[in-house]
Amino acid sequence: MEEQVAFYVARGQEPSLPPPRSEVGLPATLRKNLFATPLDSVITVALGLFAAWAAWNLIEWGLLRAVFTGADREACLLPGGGEIGACWAFVNAKLGQFIYGRYPLDERWRVDLAFLLLVLLTIPLAIPRAPYKRLNALLLGIAFPVVALVLLTGGEIGVSGGWVAFLFTLAAFVSAAFAGGSSGARPALLKAAMGLAAVSLLVLLIAAAIRSGRFDLLGFEFSTLSLLAFLLALASVAASLFAGRTGGESSAGAGRVLMPPLVTAVLVAALSVDFGLQPVPTNLWGGLLVTLVVALTGIAASLPLGILLALGRRSHLPAVRLFSIIFIEFWRGVPLITVLFMSAFMIPLFLPDGVSFNQLLRALIGVAIFSAAYMAEVIRGGLQAIPKGQYEGAQALGLSYWQMMRLVIMPQAIKLVIPGIVNTFIGLFKDTSLVYIIGLADLLGTVRRGFSDPNWITPSTAATGLIFAAFVYWLFCFGMSRYSMFMERRLETGHKR
Amino acid sequence: MTADTESISVPHERISLMRDPHTRGLVIQILMIIAILAFASWLVNNTVQNLASARIASGFGFLSARAGFDIGQAPIAYTSNSTYGRALFVGFVNTVIVAACGIVLATIVGFLIGIGRLSRNYLLRALSTIYVETFRNIPPLLVILFWYFGVLSVLPLPRNAVELPFGSYLSNRGLQTPAAVFEQAALLTLAAFAFGIAATVFLVRQNRKRQLETGERRPILWLSVGLIIGLPLLVFVATGSPVTFELPTATRFNLVGGWQIKPEFLSLFLALSFYTAAFIAEIVRAGIVAVSKGQTEAASALGLTRGQSLRLVIVPQAFRVIIPPLTSQYLNLTKNSSLGLAVGYPDLVAVGSTVLNQTGQSVEVVAVWMVVYLGLSVATAAFMNWFNARMALVER
Repeated sequence: MEEQVAFYVARGQEPSLPPPRSEVGLPATLRKNLFATPLDSVITVALGLFAAWAAWNLIEWGLLRAVFTGADREACLLPGGGEIGACWAFVNAKLGQFIYGRYPLDERWRVDLAFLLLVLLTIPLAIPRAPYKRLNALLLGIAFPVVALVLLTGGEIGVSGGWVAFLFTLAAFVSAAFAGGSSGARPALLKAAMGLAAVSLLVLLIAAAIRSGRFDLLGFEFSTLSLLAFLLALASVAASLFAGRTGGESSAGAGRVLMPPLVTAVLVAALSVDFGLQPVPTNLWGGLLVTLVVALTGIAASLPLGILLALGRRSHLPAVRLFSIIFIEFWRGVPLITVLFMSAFMIPLFLPDGVSFNQLLRALIGVAIFSAAYMAEVIRGGLQAIPKGQYEGAQALGLSYWQMMRLVIMPQAIKLVIPGIVNTFIGLFKDTSLVYIIGLADLLGTVRRGFSDPNWITPSTAATGLIFAAFVYWLFCFGMSRYSMFMERRLETGHKR
Repeated sequence: MTADTESISVPHERISLMRDPHTRGLVIQILMIIAILAFASWLVNNTVQNLASARIASGFGFLSARAGFDIGQAPIAYTSNSTYGRALFVGFVNTVIVAACGIVLATIVGFLIGIGRLSRNYLLRALSTIYVETFRNIPPLLVILFWYFGVLSVLPLPRNAVELPFGSYLSNRGLQTPAAVFEQAALLTLAAFAFGIAATVFLVRQNRKRQLETGERRPILWLSVGLIIGLPLLVFVATGSPVTFELPTATRFNLVGGWQIKPEFLSLFLALSFYTAAFIAEIVRAGIVAVSKGQTEAASALGLTRGQSLRLVIVPQAFRVIIPPLTSQYLNLTKNSSLGLAVGYPDLVAVGSTVLNQTGQSVEVVAVWMVVYLGLSVATAAFMNWFNARMALVER
């Protein structure tokens, strides 16, 4: 049956018309993006001219009229007194100082090795698909600092018995936590292990305040009380071991319990054994080395401290909350430079007679406290964003406060504030440049000293050196920000509404 | 069945004190307070002993002693015979000056760049992005040093100074501009200006009241322009132009006359402004993006023009998002002004460090710094909270 259709109704699909000429091709794109309105055209032309002028000047200054090689300032000065471009010869000649400072030439391989280890451990940790994340993180977090410390200073650090006891006490706590994690551990022995470790810590605190008899043991100088603490810590480990054993666990459980004290022993040994490395005092360190040491220490210290402070600020205990608020707001309210001055001039006053921290360590303390306060506020933001139901759900499951925080709240909160955390890291990295004002030779400090060197004074030396330093800082900070954006996208699990 | 449930009775176990949250909280707090007090008293004790052994007298008595050093930029009367307290106050005034100037320029540049990042113009967007990504990832101290050592120090000597328009000169001693010399009659112009502003405020209020009552609005734009700019101008001419300009003149070695803006101030001011502007730009961009598109659409559905919808709908809502982070950027700029120390700008920290080196009174000088900066922080935060509360949407 033929359908009755009016003649003007199409019988089939007509071929689609090409888009209007004004909407396709280069001219349309240009018009849309650059010349949409008369004002737009004016802006485009003006900015285009400016960009071309700036780019040409930059190329001319940085490449065409630049000097790339030379032994001293003569290379970067024209005989007639004319202007030259960048003096890259200066950067070339001082590159060693910019990276290592005054670190002895023959020992610079140690710095290189530490840099290499850092890179080798960081890259697989940063790549999400790389395996052995836990081992990698442990190596980077525990082994690397010790190895780097030994490599950079030359080892043979006079670890006192008090510190040995303190490290073993920490290990005892971790052991007890591991033993508590295994099913069927004996609660009485576990309690004993925790109690012993706590008593050990208490004894250590008393030992720090009271002087008691001193004697050597295994090459470490113990006081009577710190030795007592050390023995208590060992007893605590033994208790944890038995608590796990009697629970009918396999030997793997015992291995887990024994791991922390063994690792501690190895670390203490590594710190105090003589590897035959020439000691290099920290006042010879400089350049990028100091920048990285300050930045990494600050990052490593600020995250845990910041988490504790953020938890303290949201605590239900008024004294804890008040202390955290005062601590955070005080350090956030003052400029870092005054904090550094404070650490440089006042820490020596705070310490008892005979104890002294070197300049680098004092700066590290200032930077760590300062960035911890900022980190605390970032993490508090994440904690506040977690719905109350998550807390209540965790409590309904019977989790303790710390279990709730560790297993439920913190993973979500930290994921939410990754951009803020990385921003704080970037801020911290940039702020490391301030240590040069209190006399440390970081990257900016060495560049600053470099262009005041009479051998290299020319009109363009300062600009060249500073642009080089700016590029190095920019590379690190920009890299961090891009990586955080990548992680943010990867961890996105649809919290956004 | 009921019998079964009845037989279940909760045994009243005595809860161990360790498990009682109330007691535990109390014990933890008491322990913490004891620990903090012990630590603090240990620090104080050590400090007192160290100060005694170094024979440094503590206390703020040194503030009234003679300072004996000069300050490069003293906006208030100061000589080397003035006291340490006066010197610190000069430093404080300098901090406020550079922070205030920096905040103004950073806000202007930041808003321009932030809006530029949202422009439809590709070139404008790209250049704004380059600006933001460059300055956000470079330490501010480096930018300050760059302006000072890389740009201003290598300018020609005063006798070969670069001539700028309006009789200004730029040399390695800074920027020399003509100075305005006011005669007595100039006060009348100032009075006219103040009257114009007051009258305009009154007019705007009346107009708003009228609009609320009757729904009508009178155009008062040109009237207020006339009041604020025209009236003072008229008075200025009528009183016979009572302002003369003192132009800087080049002598053999130096530029004499006019106002001199020192390179220390210039480099700190420019560096802080351009550095902070990058952060303000991002805040402005985020604030505008945060206003949902429905608001723009609703505004045009109501028949508002593009300008009206921006002014009455978009910007007020964007401001709510912008103000809190903007406050913290202003505070950051103020705190970063302490970096002027590196180029010798005599701000509070720079003067303080000189005082500290001369007297050895580190605890007291650090205390002065902390009090001043914390005071500035608290004052700014209080003002911005008040402003924020006024701007905030009144929600249900």
